[in-house]
Amino acid sequence: MERHVLVVFPHPDDEAFGVAGTIISHTDAGTPVTYVCLTLGEMGRNMGKPIIANRETLPEIRKKELEEACRHLGIEDLRRFGMRDKTVEFADQDALVSQLFEVIQETDPSLIITFYPGYAVHPDHNATGAAVIQAVQRLPVEARPVVHAIAFSEGCEDILGPPDVINDVKHIAERKFKVIEAHASQTSGVIEVMKERFLEADETVEGYMLKERFWTFPVNSDKPEK
Amino acid sequence: MRPIDPQKLQETITNLAGKKLYIHLETTNGAYATHKDQSFFSAGAFLRNAQFSFIHGKVKGEGPYRVGLETDIGWLYAEGLTDWEIDENNRVLIAGHDHDGKLAIALQLSETPFPK
Repeated sequence: MERHVLVVFPHPDDEAFGVAGTIISHTDAGTPVTYVCLTLGEMGRNMGKPIIANRETLPEIRKKELEEACRHLGIEDLRRFGMRDKTVEFADQDALVSQLFEVIQETDPSLIITFYPGYAVHPDHNATGAAVIQAVQRLPVEARPVVHAIAFSEGCEDILGPPDVINDVKHIAERKFKVIEAHASQTSGVIEVMKERFLEADETVEGYMLKERFWTFPVNSDKPEK
Repeated sequence: MRPIDPQKLQETITNLAGKKLYIHLETTNGAYATHKDQSFFSAGAFLRNAQFSFIHGKVKGEGPYRVGLETDIGWLYAEGLTDWEIDENNRVLIAGHDHDGKLAIALQLSETPFPK
């Protein structure tokens, strides 16, 4: 059992598809989970199906969806960093790393879950993962938590190898779907298809939705053993 | 938002001519476009809270619509516009939604700055 889990993602719903089951497993076990969400996904293209949002109302809608998702995840400590969607890689990196470092010091996590820098497709994902790794590397080697990183760029397994952590979350699939459904402005239309496939035991859903895959990031790569 | 009524939008734009405005102008095809289709060339831009004033503006097309705003020294152009509204803060929000209802373009005009 982990002491404390820290989850860091840039957008509400980043925690839904690839990580929700893992987070639920931790909160079910009584492990406190802190979720740092950098933006409110203000620049999302999905406006709901049917359309329920516009560019200016989207942030408030997604904020409520994020809070609803956290209730399903059992997360009581949600921290929004107030950055803007799409701008994470351009923002003051030192300030972000410092802010993350403070949260790491305060919550003292035994495990951090974030994106694998360079292998997470969206520039915000890569910038978030990079900032988390830099924050972790401010700690002395012996004090660094384990980092489980999510990679999904084309061909990432050719370079990183297969994921070394695979969490089967089939037994809590229904609750994971609730988390995805909470992000209604982003997922309505998609979730129905996904649920059907799940009930039909479609291998795609089985593989990508119900087995959550992580790569343990080499956090000590900045100080290799001599 | 509701489908653009070109006459009403034209009236609204005409009434904004000469005023000091803040604009949000954006086009997007989504951060995953190339991930989903390697042959897709992803391009997009957004500009938020540029201060802007135009001499006159027109709404053109049969839907989706085009808007062109002429300034003293240049132009603003947007195409693919399908829906609009004037929100409770009196901001003119114009958007183009694609066939899946996803936002492809936004042109927004306001006399007060948009939140950062």
